[in-house]
Amino acid sequence: MKEIKTDIVVIGGGPAGLAAALRSGEAGANVILVERDFELGGILNQCIHTGFGLSLLGVELTGPEYAETFIEKVLSLSNVKVLLSTMVLDIKEKTVYGVNKKDGVVAIKAGAIVLSMGCRERTRGALGIPGERPAGIYTAGSAQRLINIEGLMPGKRIVVLGSGDIGMIMARRLLLEGAEVLGVLEKLPYPGGLTRNVVQCLEDFGIPLYLNHTITEIRGKYRVEGVIAENLLTKERFSMDVDTILLSVGLIPENELSKKIGVRLDPRTGGPIVDQYRETNVDGVFACGNVLQVHDLVDEVTRESYIAGEGAIRYISGKRRVEGIINLRPGENIRYIVPQRLSLPVDSPPYIYFRPQEPFVNCQIIGKSNGREFTLGSYEYARPGEMIKLRLKRELLDSSLDIEVSLVGEKE
Amino acid sequence: MDKELDIIIIGGGIVGTAIARELSRYQLDVALVEKESDVGWGTTKANSAIVHTGYDPKPGTLMAKLNVQGARLFPSVCEELDVPYKRLGSLVLTPDEEGFKVLEDLKEKGKINGVTNLEIIKQEKLFDLEPNLSRDIKGALWVKDTAITSPVELAIAFRENAQENGVRFILDTTVVGFDLEGKRIKSVKTDKGSIRAKWVINAGGVYSDDIARLAGDDSFSITPVKGEYALFDKEIGSLVRRVIFPLPTETTKGILVLPTVDGNLLVGPNEHITTKDDTNVTEEGLKQVISFVKREVPSLPLNMIITVFAGLRAKELNRKDFVIEPSPVVENLINVGGIQSPGLSSAPAIAIYVAEILKDRGVELNKKKHFIPERKAIPRFANLSWEERTKLIAKDPSYGEIICRCEYVTVGEIVEAVRRGANTLDGIKFRTRAGSGRCQGGFCGPRLIPLLSQLLEISPEEITKKGKESRLVIGETKR
Repeated sequence: MKEIKTDIVVIGGGPAGLAAALRSGEAGANVILVERDFELGGILNQCIHTGFGLSLLGVELTGPEYAETFIEKVLSLSNVKVLLSTMVLDIKEKTVYGVNKKDGVVAIKAGAIVLSMGCRERTRGALGIPGERPAGIYTAGSAQRLINIEGLMPGKRIVVLGSGDIGMIMARRLLLEGAEVLGVLEKLPYPGGLTRNVVQCLEDFGIPLYLNHTITEIRGKYRVEGVIAENLLTKERFSMDVDTILLSVGLIPENELSKKIGVRLDPRTGGPIVDQYRETNVDGVFACGNVLQVHDLVDEVTRESYIAGEGAIRYISGKRRVEGIINLRPGENIRYIVPQRLSLPVDSPPYIYFRPQEPFVNCQIIGKSNGREFTLGSYEYARPGEMIKLRLKRELLDSSLDIEVSLVGEKE
Repeated sequence: MDKELDIIIIGGGIVGTAIARELSRYQLDVALVEKESDVGWGTTKANSAIVHTGYDPKPGTLMAKLNVQGARLFPSVCEELDVPYKRLGSLVLTPDEEGFKVLEDLKEKGKINGVTNLEIIKQEKLFDLEPNLSRDIKGALWVKDTAITSPVELAIAFRENAQENGVRFILDTTVVGFDLEGKRIKSVKTDKGSIRAKWVINAGGVYSDDIARLAGDDSFSITPVKGEYALFDKEIGSLVRRVIFPLPTETTKGILVLPTVDGNLLVGPNEHITTKDDTNVTEEGLKQVISFVKREVPSLPLNMIITVFAGLRAKELNRKDFVIEPSPVVENLINVGGIQSPGLSSAPAIAIYVAEILKDRGVELNKKKHFIPERKAIPRFANLSWEERTKLIAKDPSYGEIICRCEYVTVGEIVEAVRRGANTLDGIKFRTRAGSGRCQGGFCGPRLIPLLSQLLEISPEEITKKGKESRLVIGETKR
């Protein structure tokens, strides 16, 4: 077993890991960035559509271009070492165990750990969609990999179940590759992804979006031969003649490793419970990106991961102290809040991220603590597909008591 | 195939492959024909994977005899063939005081069948053994020798070992009829041509009655009875530590909850008479299975289901027993039908029983001088210690390249699986577990297609999930 010592180990070389490694590397720490694939960039490499970087970099880039921006910077730092094709299998205390072809088993003992493993897609099995189990059922991300990286077409006639962002992006992508896309089915009364994707991927290309619809049966013994769709409001069923089903029914933060070292998860996000430095309940273990919460935009992943990188630096330099904790609780109409707690003292009011339970219009975000209420922001639209980010008010922190954030508005 | 075979086995399930391996001990020219691209893809791949001790079958039946014998053979067979076998024990639960009478009867039946290590226990001990059971349960019959195994791995192991000892496996080939000469089969007609053989063993599973009928034998009839299952994430794999049965009914051992050899939790099966090609999972069926088990294990978390599937039991409803006998109509046909539960547990004994039938019928069973009884499984990286992993990677670096991130399967294992005959995604899955974890192939699937294409030297369009029309991709994207 090859043993290495370092200040900070970052697990996962996607946008989150890149930003965390970059920020802690720039601060001078010795960093090891571990990536299971043969290249850095993570899922960005298969996201060949544009729309990345608008808010952070002020330019519109493709996924690989966005990744490249950060990969170049990371590789230019001599104190950041990258281990590619290396899969982390276990963590014990602050030692990370990985394997690769060259070194065999590698044990990396670090002062701090940044978890940035990303998320995985929910599968058909998790939904329990009835029917046979033929070939031709892909999660949207797998289909994206097949098409954009491997150059292979999954099928000719497509239905997409679920209106997550990757599902809508893949509906358009398949159409552009010459497939017939019969529609996107969404069981909820509103789309799961960004409004911009509804417009740019579906409406602009004439792909129908069926709200309040689901698949009730999959047909075909060997290859998909069709599905039965149901309108959940009218209970009307109809068959769709497709050979391929794409699933875009949710993303699950990949926290199997986190759990091994006792990181506590928030059932609302599926990610670790963290403070404003993105530190988990385990000392010196930080989390950022989609392993922490499923993001809508990569720009925010990068910002969040800078915070985690800075947190790790602060931890290894011994500057971290916790004199108390304020819990942030999602109140009415709020699905979750990240971070879930603030470690005292709080230097400056931090940004919080959250999503509404369902779509609202003309709404206000209210923060409550110690019987006092403050309006934190007002929004014309608030939709579950889009994350809201706003800054807490200093006055809310005065009492050092727990804070509840809620949303007041009209349902869309 | 020009040369006349001594024996042709129809059907590559657990029964057909067990027979193939048993007959490979002898100086016989044997082949097995299977309609799917691999062995173990019928009932073998979708059942509860339990090695029952044999307390349950009606005393005096073939089922009772072969179950008890099979269960005794199982540990050594699994050891020889390097297949998982875990003796967990099982608990037959009773929800009320009256149920203890049924448990006593079962225990008594077990004694008659020759099964030992049975104990009736009350709540305190029961909840000590299984703390997650509902407090409404009153007691249980503890069957200490019940074990679990991996049926498809066993079928694959039987195949590999039989092959090594000279049996030919003719896959992707469907039997469509027989050439008869009087009361004898001259040759077996398949969709790929005819095969001449002196003896035909019909181990066709749910189709075994149809096979017999093709030869003019309608001495038995198979009713396919579907059972639906849900498989749960490894994270809750130890919610129960033993096989949990409800009180049995006239026709079934009931809906179970049990750990699998791979550390998942399995729930099912219900029972529903259906057609022979129906392995559809239905919404109602799943609800039935889950709600039943929830009464016994209330904390079962439904968000931890990773996949659902259904399998068919091949039941002979008139005889309510296995049908393992020479055909009453065709002289050189031996039927091995109606192998419902406990078919898996009985398989090693069924194989020996079939060999005895052949011997009785005058087939000379002369042992091969160089029979190889052992078979080694593909190394499973996930189950190795760090030291073993280090050694393995040093020897072959492809074992340091993980392709299935849920089950920690390496490229080395895929290469070895292909070398041993896997040629589909499911074939890879059953040999290595790549794609059977919580992401269900979402990550490794798109990477396995090009890897298989390279290893098998065929185009990606020719790679299938499970043979026939199950193509995974239709071609390349626009260039």
